[in-house]
Amino acid sequence: MDEEYDVIVLGTGLKECILSGLLSVDGLKVLHMDRNDYYGGESTSLNLIQLWKKFRGNDKPPAHLGSSRDYNVDMVPKFMMANGTLVRVLIHTDVTKYLYFKAVDGSYVFNKGKVHKVPATDMEALKSPLMGIFEKRRARKFFIYVQDYDEKDPKTHEGMDLTRVSTRALIAKYGLDDNTVDFIGHALALHRDDRYLDEPALDTVKRMKLYAESLARFQGGSPYIYPLYGLGELPQAFARLSAVYGGTYMLNKPECKVEYDDEGKVCGVTSEGETARCKKVVCDPSYLPNKVRKIGKVARAIAIMSHPIPNTNDSHSVQIILPQKQLGRKSDMYVFCCSYSHNVAPKGKFIAFVSTEAETDHPESELKPGIDLLGPVDEIFFDIYDRYEPVNEPSLDNCFISTSYDATTHFESTVSDVLNMYTMITGKVLDLSVDLSAASAAEE
Amino acid sequence: MARPGTRIIQAKLVLVGDMGTGKTSLVLRFVKGQFFHHQEATVGAAFFTQILSVSEATVKFDIWDTAGQERYHSLAPMYYRGAAAAIVVYDISTMDTFARAKKWVQELQKQGEEDAVMTLSVHTKLCFLDTVPDWLVSCLVYLCISCLILVGNPKLVMALVGNKTDLDSKREVQVEEGEEFAQENGMLFMETSAKTAENVNELFYEIAKKLATASPPNPSGVTLNHEETQERRGKLFCCIG
Repeated sequence: MDEEYDVIVLGTGLKECILSGLLSVDGLKVLHMDRNDYYGGESTSLNLIQLWKKFRGNDKPPAHLGSSRDYNVDMVPKFMMANGTLVRVLIHTDVTKYLYFKAVDGSYVFNKGKVHKVPATDMEALKSPLMGIFEKRRARKFFIYVQDYDEKDPKTHEGMDLTRVSTRALIAKYGLDDNTVDFIGHALALHRDDRYLDEPALDTVKRMKLYAESLARFQGGSPYIYPLYGLGELPQAFARLSAVYGGTYMLNKPECKVEYDDEGKVCGVTSEGETARCKKVVCDPSYLPNKVRKIGKVARAIAIMSHPIPNTNDSHSVQIILPQKQLGRKSDMYVFCCSYSHNVAPKGKFIAFVSTEAETDHPESELKPGIDLLGPVDEIFFDIYDRYEPVNEPSLDNCFISTSYDATTHFESTVSDVLNMYTMITGKVLDLSVDLSAASAAEE
Repeated sequence: MARPGTRIIQAKLVLVGDMGTGKTSLVLRFVKGQFFHHQEATVGAAFFTQILSVSEATVKFDIWDTAGQERYHSLAPMYYRGAAAAIVVYDISTMDTFARAKKWVQELQKQGEEDAVMTLSVHTKLCFLDTVPDWLVSCLVYLCISCLILVGNPKLVMALVGNKTDLDSKREVQVEEGEEFAQENGMLFMETSAKTAENVNELFYEIAKKLATASPPNPSGVTLNHEETQERRGKLFCCIG
């Protein structure tokens, strides 16, 4: 440990592990430590015994739930967009070879008190009660515009500069009603609140294209995929990448105190009386609590069930979006369910999560509309955690701190934070079009 | 690929054992027929595939090396996940590594129990194409996604390997000691030399034979691969009407 490293990474959450992997691949000498004796930090997946220890103290899980080790309960539940940036990073780094994925069965949206499937095929769209027949025609015109839109080809822009035109103005051109706008903005573009309506339309158009491309990629019932054995596999896989490229791993290191030189720049990390020297530190907010500020709170319910979520066509993995307007809230609520079909629970068991950005002092009761969709549950836990973002100036102290995981059900915001941090740390932009395994094969 | 009718088994094989016992050298000898006197501590490549045919089946090994994560006891659980075979390596010229090998066996047995209780939901035969959903078949064909069949392992095939027989003059661990421990724990046993290639191919051959006669394989999920990166236009977009 008594050595000099280019970068010391603290915490083995997904963001830290992706960075550790990318930096090691770049040839930097990386030491990666975690105070816990397991990988994943905040974004780990827990087995039943760990879950009980976290939420129920000294109680033991009841025997009827099955073997503890069959459970992999995500602490930050999210699905991956099949064509999203996380998949690109996985392919770029060839980390895919360590992981197995399965498509997610269905994507649903809560509308006027009922759960509806987000149409995945023309046939489903025709039958869907989400829109009336005339509205469907208007929506179709808009969808064709979005589908044909190509940022580089002005001919497809129909005279509109989407970096200036607001989403509201673009949609107004197609005369869509509020209900459809709500569906497009929250169930397809996956916005968390309604701010996008007054922002330039380009972002929304790109998000809709991502949704459509992800849906087309696996031709399943949703645009999402999810790793077998849960999301806890992802940080482990990137940690392995880092190790393969020379990164050193130490778990179960208490304290991890960051040391500074006279100018206030980071110069090392001390644990158990030993100091490893370094030029830069990358960490999650919990390792440098005096350099972050609270920006919000996530409220989450975790339920163990013996049945799929009602009205989702018995889907073994599913997402339901409850747009804020449907609930009279400021931010959306998300229901996420996976099961033994993704090896996160024993046969016959389902794990459901209800998440939202907390808006009141009683976050547990805010989750009620989502919990009501689940039907009877075997067990339910509530997890309320604060979200932080860094307030330091990395160019002054060389500390690069990630932002806490938000309530969204996919990884787009997670990966964009990672890519920004990568650029800050290295001064380079990660070119995701390069396929590392192909590059190394070429070298041989 | 293999002849029609031949069973193809894809099997994840992991190597464990202390640093410097020659795990990477064994793999390089088996996969590439190479040996380096001063093999660097594993960097850059810790994942190899090699195909081996035995009379019962063709075994495609996915070989995982520890990538140095064993050094500070920070091997991730995913390392053992779904492993069909494990090679525990010690150095016959260092008693310490043999003592540690016993610890590694315990660790594997712990993980093995886990796999034994882990019953996957779907069991399919090797001609798996007709048992997976249609949409998956179409993406297999269309998007070149490789659907992997991992050998389910109610029983992990374990082998104990005393490496570096070329250092026989400095031997600290007797053949009988290794043999006895392997037998007690139901493991294959072999002494090898990655340097001279002695018994290296034989080791993997024995493991392949044992895998081929083991229980039928379980399917697993899909893996993402490079071909998919090519941009595909979202063809449906909930195309209405």
